[in-house]
Amino acid sequence: MASLHALANPARFLRLARPLTPAFLLSGVLLTLFGCWAGLTQTPPDYLQGDSVRILYIHVPTAWLGMGGWSGIAIASLSYLVWRHPLARIAARAIALPGAVFAFLCLATGSIWGRPTWGTWWEWDGRLTSMLLLFFVYLAYMALARADADRGGDGRLPAIYGIAGTVLLPIIRYSVVWWNTLHQGESIGLTSSTVDSSMLWPLWFTLSGFTFLFAGIVLMRMRAMLARERREARMRRMAA
Amino acid sequence: MKPKHQRLWLAGLAVLAIAGASGLALSGLKDQASFFYAPSDVKKQGLPLGKAVRLGGLVEAGSIKRAADGVTLDFVVTDGAATTPVSFKGIAPDLFREKSGVVAEGQFQPDGGFVATNLLAKHDEKYQPPELAGKLHETRSLKQ
Repeated sequence: MASLHALANPARFLRLARPLTPAFLLSGVLLTLFGCWAGLTQTPPDYLQGDSVRILYIHVPTAWLGMGGWSGIAIASLSYLVWRHPLARIAARAIALPGAVFAFLCLATGSIWGRPTWGTWWEWDGRLTSMLLLFFVYLAYMALARADADRGGDGRLPAIYGIAGTVLLPIIRYSVVWWNTLHQGESIGLTSSTVDSSMLWPLWFTLSGFTFLFAGIVLMRMRAMLARERREARMRRMAA
Repeated sequence: MKPKHQRLWLAGLAVLAIAGASGLALSGLKDQASFFYAPSDVKKQGLPLGKAVRLGGLVEAGSIKRAADGVTLDFVVTDGAATTPVSFKGIAPDLFREKSGVVAEGQFQPDGGFVATNLLAKHDEKYQPPELAGKLHETRSLKQ
């Protein structure tokens, strides 16, 4: 915990974030490109779906980051509410936009995948509907956080909303278990996977690549927000 | 109690309350939120007649029969416990095949059959290369 508290100091955070941002972005791009190349050329097609299965190397990372992004917002919101770390509030706001983008990409790639395999672009089944809800929850969070900041709020309201929205995560995760859905059940777990290993390995590259990209974007946004806050504080001092 | 401990308790309680409330809501939704009826659901609850519903399950092996007009399909949907005969006129998706998942949209008939207006293919969570497919599928279905 001590190290996390040390990180909550904006100056120390900035010293760390400055070199990490390009490192994350670069490794993200390289890993993603390699994973996509391997997924497109180095793996066998699926016995049932043929080549359309390859979109999984994009679809799974976007789903993971769409949901992982909201977990980040929830953790940051909780630590802002409890410990009042100013950085936690900034982190939550910085995650919201890339999280929403990845949730949208998850819906879009899923829709493109659904057309050739299931025979439909969209169906209101439990998994698809709950993921769409998460996307809307992201949009509402961004609107709420911006309105709160514009009116000089203390950020408590968006933080409460950030924690409340977390109920969607287990619903998305278990929707395919609780209800009959068109979406198939869980293929990739921590310890086992129903994807054959000859097809699975490029996914680890795209998964880590997109995660690094996400982290790099979040750091970039946090640094921009800190810079803006500092400039505004300086302007206020000069005006006074 | 320090204020930050108090806030931690409050936040924890709020999270628990939200989780409990949504758990209750979800358990209330349990039957309504399903995307389709399985043949054994219909057997248990009675036929949902007179409204458009979906029926899902596996296409029984050897049950697909194509009528002489070329566009009418008859097949049997099973979930292991019960079966429903389905009739469909139209174009089936590529992944529609025997022993594979299907979701049919349409209406139940008073005789227990189902007339479908649209077919969706449902595949399972197993992905594998073509040369392994037959073997793995056999061993897996033997285990089940």
